[in-house]
Amino acid sequence: MSFQIMLNFFIAFLWMFLTVSFNASTFVVGFLLGAMMLWITKGFFPGRFYMNRVWAVIKLILLFFKELILANIQVLLLIVQPKMPIKPAIFALPTVLEKDWEITLLSNLITLTPGTLVIDVSEDSKTLYIHAIDYGDADDAINSIKNTFEKAIQEVSR
Amino acid sequence: MTMILANILIGVTVSLGVIFILVTAIGLIRLPDIYCRTHAASKSATLGVMFILLGVFLHFWLIEGIVNTRIILGIVFLFITGPVGGHVIGRSAYLSGVKMWDQSVKDELAPVIAERKKLDEQK
Repeated sequence: MSFQIMLNFFIAFLWMFLTVSFNASTFVVGFLLGAMMLWITKGFFPGRFYMNRVWAVIKLILLFFKELILANIQVLLLIVQPKMPIKPAIFALPTVLEKDWEITLLSNLITLTPGTLVIDVSEDSKTLYIHAIDYGDADDAINSIKNTFEKAIQEVSR
Repeated sequence: MTMILANILIGVTVSLGVIFILVTAIGLIRLPDIYCRTHAASKSATLGVMFILLGVFLHFWLIEGIVNTRIILGIVFLFITGPVGGHVIGRSAYLSGVKMWDQSVKDELAPVIAERKKLDEQK
């Protein structure tokens, strides 16, 4: 992945030297040409074409913003109600992610999603303990959100 | 015309930010225990400050013509550190034995922590 990005930058600089014009637009043209070359020769590299991963990261960021705004609307609706129908609970969520940065990213995502907050990560880092503000009806929905997040993170790290 | 649109955009972002910060403040007063309060504090405060910073950035960009990248960096840093702060507060509260609200439904962490303490004593 990083090797492909380095190679793409190298091709872009090569293009600048070939055309003898050193400015940003030439660099962009060279970068696009390099991405095309890498796409054509993608069979020779180990791993996936790196633009796929860049696209997965962009999708993850968009998902993140959507969930952040939904989370805040939910908190707003909970707080302005006179009776505040909340049922707090701490539940365990088994995770299939293994690397440390993946688990950190997942807990950040969970903390910013509707009504959940990561309290603790177990010592073998296979389980996350999550505080939910409105447990019960939200359990299935929360689990499905976790599945989409976990899927999106796996899509990035695969 | 574009000036009016820009002003509307800036007004909407800043007001949204203020509304979310107001929600944070009300939540901090009304919610029953520290964990629920951390929900309000970590989510709404993050988004509120982010919206206000976005409004400031748009004002200086669209009205004054200055692109200040420091504000963008501020938004990114808040975005990363806000949830971590909430997590650390919640975790340290739990480990130092702060009780959850008495109407809480379920607590799956308590046996794990008890087990961990027992292991520590054996060492």
